[in-house]
Amino acid sequence: MAQSILHLADSRGKANHGWLKSAHTFSFGSHHDPERIHFGALRVLNDDHIAGGRGFGEHPHDNMEIISIPLSGELKHKDSMGNEAVIRSGEIQVMSAGTGIYHMEFNNHQDIPTELLQIWVFPNKRNVEPRYDQTSISYKENPNVFEQILSPNPKDAGVWIHQNAWFHIGAFEHGKSIRYALKAAGNGVYVFIIKGSVSINGQSLNERDGYGIWDTDSFEITAEKDVEILLMEVPMNI
Amino acid sequence: MAMKKIEILAVGAHEEIMKTVLRLINANENWNASGARSEEDAIDLFKRKAFDLVLLGAGIPDEEKLREKLQYLRPDVICVDHYGGGSGLLKCEIIQGLAKRELI
Repeated sequence: MAQSILHLADSRGKANHGWLKSAHTFSFGSHHDPERIHFGALRVLNDDHIAGGRGFGEHPHDNMEIISIPLSGELKHKDSMGNEAVIRSGEIQVMSAGTGIYHMEFNNHQDIPTELLQIWVFPNKRNVEPRYDQTSISYKENPNVFEQILSPNPKDAGVWIHQNAWFHIGAFEHGKSIRYALKAAGNGVYVFIIKGSVSINGQSLNERDGYGIWDTDSFEITAEKDVEILLMEVPMNI
Repeated sequence: MAMKKIEILAVGAHEEIMKTVLRLINANENWNASGARSEEDAIDLFKRKAFDLVLLGAGIPDEEKLREKLQYLRPDVICVDHYGGGSGLLKCEIIQGLAKRELI
């Protein structure tokens, strides 16, 4: 029988650094909740708002798969591998930190805030060679279907990571229903509502709510309003 | 009487990341960190000081072997995988590790 866990938007840890306002679904930084450390291999889900001209100075990462999805605005990225790029709403960025990298991320505009989701997934292999990639996503132009934006397979749609994980994103009109079939046994799905409302197995979810579901092969999602939704399928045993 | 500091051994090959990790840990007045950038350095330090917790970072060729050696030397030591990321996960990793030893 399917198991689930509900994380309401207001229950997330909040951080306000002036230039950065963040909501942490799981324990992060100075926010520590021993009941909310991770969902399977999904370790970090931060909902960040970065003021114009500000950002994260140079800082290290290692042995983590790091995914950034801008929801509005632009983010400038520069790293120790020599990559320098801007990612915008409509794109996804991935870094495999592996043996270690340094990078910085700044709002590329001086006067427009950037809103982004920062997602960290435990890798299935430690000490890999660091890598960076980004690609465009087009779910807003193709409503009512899920778009795969991440997988374990370099030749598959979207970006890829060192983990048996699949991410899908979609915009659905009010009243639409869709069934999501999990890709791998032993995986669970963490559902994050970017905007709007949905119902999953009788559970209503609203903007920025999170809902983890596992021990199931599939589940049905019904849009109770026009909705944008992110599904993160990850292994539950790490 | 001053409270005894929690002694933490951070192990990782990356020089710059190690500097950041040590700085972040030592910013907590109750924690004291030492760094080792190889298995040999880690074992040597571990024999000379009673660490409460070991953070295993990136770049050590055989982490499992090192973990086994440390636990052979002191069966009650807690070795925690460290995942970098500046201060993002560090506090949580240390708190979880110390909780296993019932030091907090």
